[in-house]
Amino acid sequence: MGLIAPKAEALAARLGALTAPKGLDAARARALDRVQAMGLPHRRDEYWRYTDPASLVAPTAIRAEVFDPQDEAAAFDGIDRLTVTFVDGVFAPDLSDDLTLSGVEISRLGAAPDWAETAYGALESLGQSPVARPLAALNTAFATDGLLIRVTGQAARPINLVYAHKSETSDAILHHTIQVDEGCELTLLESGAGAARFNQVLEVELAPRARFHHIRAQGRDHQRRNVTHVFARLGAEALFKSFTLTANGLLTRNEAVITFAGDNARAHIAGAAMGDGAFHHDDTVFITHGAVACESRQVFKKVLKHGAVGVFQGKILVKNGAQKTDGYQISQSLLLDEDSQFLCKPELEIYADDVKCSHGSTSGAIDDTALYYLRSRGVPKRRAQSLLILAFLAEAIQEIADEAIAADIGARLEAWLDRHED
Amino acid sequence: MNLLEIKNLHVKLESEDKQILKGVNLVIKPGEVHAIMGPNGSGKSTTSYVLSGREGYEVTAGEALLNGVNLLEMEPEERAAAGLFLAFQYPVEIPGVGNMVFLRTALNAQRKARGEEEISAGDFLKLVREKAKTLKIDADMLKRPVNVGFSGGEKKRNEILQMAILEPQMCILDETDSGLDVDAMKLVSEGVNALRSAGRSFLVITHYQRLLDHIKPDFVHIMAAGRIIKTGGPELALEVENNGYADLLEGVV
Repeated sequence: MGLIAPKAEALAARLGALTAPKGLDAARARALDRVQAMGLPHRRDEYWRYTDPASLVAPTAIRAEVFDPQDEAAAFDGIDRLTVTFVDGVFAPDLSDDLTLSGVEISRLGAAPDWAETAYGALESLGQSPVARPLAALNTAFATDGLLIRVTGQAARPINLVYAHKSETSDAILHHTIQVDEGCELTLLESGAGAARFNQVLEVELAPRARFHHIRAQGRDHQRRNVTHVFARLGAEALFKSFTLTANGLLTRNEAVITFAGDNARAHIAGAAMGDGAFHHDDTVFITHGAVACESRQVFKKVLKHGAVGVFQGKILVKNGAQKTDGYQISQSLLLDEDSQFLCKPELEIYADDVKCSHGSTSGAIDDTALYYLRSRGVPKRRAQSLLILAFLAEAIQEIADEAIAADIGARLEAWLDRHED
Repeated sequence: MNLLEIKNLHVKLESEDKQILKGVNLVIKPGEVHAIMGPNGSGKSTTSYVLSGREGYEVTAGEALLNGVNLLEMEPEERAAAGLFLAFQYPVEIPGVGNMVFLRTALNAQRKARGEEEISAGDFLKLVREKAKTLKIDADMLKRPVNVGFSGGEKKRNEILQMAILEPQMCILDETDSGLDVDAMKLVSEGVNALRSAGRSFLVITHYQRLLDHIKPDFVHIMAAGRIIKTGGPELALEVENNGYADLLEGVV
């Protein structure tokens, strides 16, 4: 079936502005086929009903002011880590550590090792069904840079991918593919705004008993537009944990597509998003339970004020035979005024009969009684509000296993609240 | 000088045109313990909420002075820093805020408002441990979120712990005896009595004379239909216990 005319035109315009770099040619060609079959997303697509993708699919990026947060140290500053920096989507060796780390093999897309020829784009491709994710396929076809990471032991330190935004018109496409071998472990940190427009894909293949921790701090630039996809596939008894802090940003769409392929695996995905004013944040999650006795947990919290908009679309699909599934999903927003908005679409689709799945969603204001109680003990109103907001976010932050990293994220949240008291 | 002085206080609910307090007058001097008794709906709890600054009430006439300063123009946190404390009838559960963090934030905020140094982490821990011990509050209760999962008695003990740590001058106890068994009431009363001093005063709101056996008042006031209709000594509470309010209410509109 061909695309309808407006979709075909939009696709042709976008593709006209792109050239595929050399390397991983076969995988890129297959991805381009997928994009051509799907077309680019449009507001009328069911999956984009709450978030207008127009600025994400346009041929060029809309100008975004560069933001320099001089009042705050870089995220994860105090953590012992290996830093790899990309400036507007391009690897910056002078701002990066040497790419050697015990227990890990790191290469760039341009110098792909053999395993990556088949791994690159593989999980993205699988993630196209049952819901199309054309911006991810576009990413696979045209990513200009990125890392191929193979974890063959216990990574000696976390890897921190730093995404600096320095050009007002940068349009970056980054793609990382990670494979964690059986019983091995890696912590991946990501931080920074990336570019004026930033399309990023992260593929994570976890062999049996592999463990992967992902903590992301989507920076403070107000005008950036980000679309990210995390694709993860878990082997038996594997552990996948992902937490995202989003502070500011005109448009952020974070998709997570997680598939259980082996029994007794666990995947936790959490997010805390804070928006004040022109802010549109969309968490879209799809978890497929295709194995027995796996546990999935989604915890998403948003703090919205002055007209900020939050979106959550979260699905748990339990396939026939995926018995003893334990699925949990909570999405909540704290609306600090009457102008802000939270749109939520939780979905459960279950084909097994011995499962435990629960979901909940709430939207509300700060509890007046709790606020009065704190103030009656002498806590000033603003501090009391911050305490209650941090309490609201606590369940998401608790998903970060490492205490030092959790403290870093917590401090950032608190600093954001201090800056946005009015 | 009077510690607390309530003059001709008239209060109505903001949400509906309903007058709750219709001219309350009360003077409390330093070191005194006053009790307010009265039937349901007489305005006892409203008095405590209005004094502590809860939203939803409109003062239509009168004033309330703490150490000569008009309380009613202050924010709730300013009233606390000025030395007012309300032990809630229904202490509020605050999931996600640890009890210790709450106590320390409150104490330091008050000290800061009064221009005092913040207390160090070590000194604070020492202070809390010492006060918690006498109220039989264990480490687990201190670690948990504020009042979450606490029994009725634990919540009330936690109120008294806050009072002991914040050391207010004017303590209002709103039905602190409700929901307490005999042992818990004894524990709470001992906590309160330990705080009695020449400079500190108490306003004890209660339905029952029982609490006043433990916390002995200097004055007992009977409140009805938004006014204090009778004032006496501890014997007035006994009279209520024996005869009810019927005789006292005769002639009150």
